[in-house]
Amino acid sequence: MKKIHRMALTAASLFFAITSAHALEGDAKAGEQAAAVCVACHQPDGSGMNVPGGESWPALAGLDADYLYKQLQDMKAGGKRQSPSMMPFASMLNEQQAKDVAVYYSELPAQGGKFDEGATEEELAHGEKLATLGDWDRYIVPCKTCHGPDNLGVGESFPRLAGQHAGYIADQLKAWQSGKRDNDPQHLMLAIAERLNDEDIRAVSQWLARQPAQ
Amino acid sequence: MKDSTKFIFRGLVVAVAASVLSFTAQAEESRFSVNNPEPKEGQLIHVPPTMDDLDKSNMHPELKRVIRRGYDLFMNTQQLRGKNVFNNMNCSSCHMGEGRLPFAGPVWPAVVTLPDYRGKNNHVNNLEERIAGCFSFSMNGTPPEYGSDDMLALTAYHQWLAKGVPMYADGKNMYGRGYPRLPEPEKEMDYKRGEQVYKENCVICHAEDGGGLVQNNKVVFPAVWGDNSYNWGAGIVRHYTLASFVKHNMPLGRPNSLTDQQAWDVAYYIDSQERPQEPRYTGDVKETREKYLDTFHKHTNYGVEIEGRLLGDHDNVGSKDFLKPDVLRPRTFTAE
Repeated sequence: MKKIHRMALTAASLFFAITSAHALEGDAKAGEQAAAVCVACHQPDGSGMNVPGGESWPALAGLDADYLYKQLQDMKAGGKRQSPSMMPFASMLNEQQAKDVAVYYSELPAQGGKFDEGATEEELAHGEKLATLGDWDRYIVPCKTCHGPDNLGVGESFPRLAGQHAGYIADQLKAWQSGKRDNDPQHLMLAIAERLNDEDIRAVSQWLARQPAQ
Repeated sequence: MKDSTKFIFRGLVVAVAASVLSFTAQAEESRFSVNNPEPKEGQLIHVPPTMDDLDKSNMHPELKRVIRRGYDLFMNTQQLRGKNVFNNMNCSSCHMGEGRLPFAGPVWPAVVTLPDYRGKNNHVNNLEERIAGCFSFSMNGTPPEYGSDDMLALTAYHQWLAKGVPMYADGKNMYGRGYPRLPEPEKEMDYKRGEQVYKENCVICHAEDGGGLVQNNKVVFPAVWGDNSYNWGAGIVRHYTLASFVKHNMPLGRPNSLTDQQAWDVAYYIDSQERPQEPRYTGDVKETREKYLDTFHKHTNYGVEIEGRLLGDHDNVGSKDFLKPDVLRPRTFTAE
């Protein structure tokens, strides 16, 4: 029984891997061409850029394709994910191109994030605590519970945070707080983002950016 | 001594009141507040110490080491997979927030109310035997041996969380103990409505088939039914227990966002799915249901036909290769 179970589990996880890789019908080659409008900011290798004090451009390489596609659609529509800088570019892509671009970036190897070298040890320790243990007395659920054991992302709903640029993570948490971002499933992220203060946001984004992206 | 104890509790009440207040104050500007019930007059409120408090305490370093091991086992019980745990659960899957959170089965009440008589097995249980119950049913496994390093570590962690609570404090008057029973549902619990609630609120993590998610051999989201979930003897297969757990803790980060009716309905739906056999199975599901009806199964769907299926009518014990751990046995207390 034990053996059969393990085999079933392996088969099941194999099946999951295959289906998730092909969940979105997009063509990476076509996506590479369509991504010509993206590379100025997100870079040809999808590494994006951390812009201290400004709007950071997220690293897209290796993110889940369905997640990327949904974000593009939401930014195009503008209501639930307001991004004045992304909206015109998202609007340039038709639906198929958006799928292609999403698949293209998802297949590039994930790279590490950029961060503020000046973050203190105390800040990083606080960030690590929030990301891995949370702070239940304030009902702050640890990031890893949904974003995966090493915050490497889980499926199409919970993107990888490890190795994402610190500036981008902080921007998004603040966007949830201010209402500019409202497109998370069941508002699972919004509910937690609301409970974070500025120190929490800086600490957790600085720590996450320093974690291995794969 | 009495006065100093009182003082400590007053301090804790203030601390909790402050945190309740901060949630309330936040509620005006936040869209998703926690909304746990407020403490009632005269309730014992205990804020369990944290692992940081342990680091700072002057306890013996060896004791700290044992308590830390207990904490580690509690948070990552999957490290005992194949030895004591045979499903995808951790202690912290149900006892959320490190076992400290009110309305999420905080574990400190067990420490101060046990040893006590327990209807489920009809004899007096101590803390080790209570924990053994979790391993046998909720973890679909077998407990670490009584008196073993792991059992010592787990009980030590539990006791640490109960620090300062008087022994045999009134168990009926503790704020946030267990999963406090919700008012009876207005409409009778319903499978179809529950299925709808599940699809809208739970599928994103626990999956359409209830199997949760395992990624790179690590459990991300626990299975709520099926071979990798708790078995038919686990406390949470009782509708009222699961309904309260869901209401006060799910979806994660958004407690109290479902209505009571939704919580009852989804509990009924989840507990109408198959899971590993009840360890006390006699070989006949209806007989087993009848045998433990009053003390347990009158609150479950075990041995009941739902949607054309007689639930629990099978020999599937999940990934373990035994039905019942040897330690589950009656005690005849003769004092001889």
